[in-house]
Amino acid sequence: MNVEKSKELLSLASSIREKTVKIVIDGNGGHIGGDLSEIDILVSLFEYMKHDPKKPQWSQRDYFILSKGHAAEAYYAVLQQYGYLTQEDLDTFGKFGSKLGGHPTKKLLGVEANTGSLGHGLGIGTGMALGLKMNGQENRVFVLTGDGELAEGSNWEAAMAASAYKLSNLTWIIDRNHLQISGNTEEVMPLENLVEKVESFGFHVIDIDGHNFEQIFIALDTCIENKPVCIIANTVKGKGLYCAENNVEWHHKTPSLEQYEQLKKDMKDLVERGDQ
Amino acid sequence: MNKESLRSAFADTILKKAQSDKEIIVVCSDSRGSGLVTDFANELPSQFVEIGIAEQNAVTVSGGLASIGKKVYTVGPASFYSMRSAEQIKVDLAYSKNNVKIIGISGGISYGALGSTHHSLQDYALMRAIPDLLVLSPSDSNQMKSLVDELLLTTVPAYVRIGREAVPVIYPEDIKIKIGKAIKWFDGKDIGIIASGQMVHRAIEAAELLKKDNISATVLDMFTIKPLDKETIIELAKSCGCILTVEEHSIYGGLGSAVSEVVVENYPVPMKIIGFTDDDIPNGSDTEVFESFGMDANGIVMTAKTLISKR
Repeated sequence: MNVEKSKELLSLASSIREKTVKIVIDGNGGHIGGDLSEIDILVSLFEYMKHDPKKPQWSQRDYFILSKGHAAEAYYAVLQQYGYLTQEDLDTFGKFGSKLGGHPTKKLLGVEANTGSLGHGLGIGTGMALGLKMNGQENRVFVLTGDGELAEGSNWEAAMAASAYKLSNLTWIIDRNHLQISGNTEEVMPLENLVEKVESFGFHVIDIDGHNFEQIFIALDTCIENKPVCIIANTVKGKGLYCAENNVEWHHKTPSLEQYEQLKKDMKDLVERGDQ
Repeated sequence: MNKESLRSAFADTILKKAQSDKEIIVVCSDSRGSGLVTDFANELPSQFVEIGIAEQNAVTVSGGLASIGKKVYTVGPASFYSMRSAEQIKVDLAYSKNNVKIIGISGGISYGALGSTHHSLQDYALMRAIPDLLVLSPSDSNQMKSLVDELLLTTVPAYVRIGREAVPVIYPEDIKIKIGKAIKWFDGKDIGIIASGQMVHRAIEAAELLKKDNISATVLDMFTIKPLDKETIIELAKSCGCILTVEEHSIYGGLGSAVSEVVVENYPVPMKIIGFTDDDIPNGSDTEVFESFGMDANGIVMTAKTLISKR
């Protein structure tokens, strides 16, 4: 990846971070920690995937499922950035009758699955990838789960089936931010060794820095014959809002306006420096 | 009376339909044998998906298949699909409006001595509380065949409960049913009996026995548990003045409860609900078990007479 592209993505992700925090402040709530950890992945996906906001049902589009549906605010900011939602839509978040709920639904353009209850996205993605494969279609399916979410056994049922049906058109991305609402994942319900676990379920596993665009793009571009791919994206919960980074208290906390101003300043410095 | 199983009626019909419609997919959870879809799996392997013993995943994967346009029939034990996978049915089928029909086989007490783990006596209650889900409990093999035709015409997800054993064929081969419309038997004025599934033929037998005692009964085959045919129930309450329901289900939350909700709000009349109480279900054949719970024709007659006296 050339330096220019990398800078462009950094600037885009920084602006999505600002927008996400604004949505949470204006809506008076949201899952800010998990929002901020997934943003670099979401931005990369929406740059990488085949999709067209003017034709959301385009038959050749790739499919994306946000299994960690509670991290909806960052997803909404990205959907607005790519033309599926308007700024007016974002302004309604948290208000009575808004079409933007705390979890995404298929009623919104660009959203492929209703999520919210954890441990469903990978199974839905498995069904989609299987159906596409049956049809001989080349569309790919991307599913983003959290890491705390992986205690749900349904993920492992889905992983078995995805591997049994050799779904090379399925990419499972794990937002490995190591935190969940009660604490560190390894204290609440240990996942390690996660690479070995997922590999043993028949996936080709790629372990990356989930905030490094070059690594994310190489991983998204990886397709293996007869095997689904799993990207373990190591991330920082609360990434970019420095007071919230790696802090369990920020699973769902509303930032103050001062903290928002600080984030804007920090994002400006970051983009000027040009490093992540 | 000729007997046929609803399982084979479903299996034969879906195989024929799937031969000419490649979008039809059957999903199983190590249940192809008991679902009688082994022939389907062998003849149309590219339209058959085996998920293994994982009913929750079978439902979610079915939802994914449907969301890219497949017409999915997910076949497996009613007991596990309706309870273990209740959340997946709620979220990935009903809430997500995915075109998946759950064919819950060996429903009710079909599994007999296999016991409570395998009985599905709460499925009407659970499934009917889920918005945007059809809940069906057909009563004979010809009705089942016609139901498959109807299910193929709708994209609304459905839960269909059928039993294991062959049951009397009570409808002609060319019967055409309409989802949501009860089938009326007789034109009695003394009592209305509403039944579903394999209780329907017992209710008809009971109505014939009552006739000998100069009691005229109307029987409704309420094969659609949801959406319930409210209009016909209200008419029945008006014309008969009392209603007895009979179901192979817990007396809590099922057909009887659904009917009483309509009756109480629209035209209150005395009612009695026949079904399974919280008492232990003895091991035995279904005939023996039904008799012990007053769910055979004679039991229905006895309860009917008591109810009429309260009218």
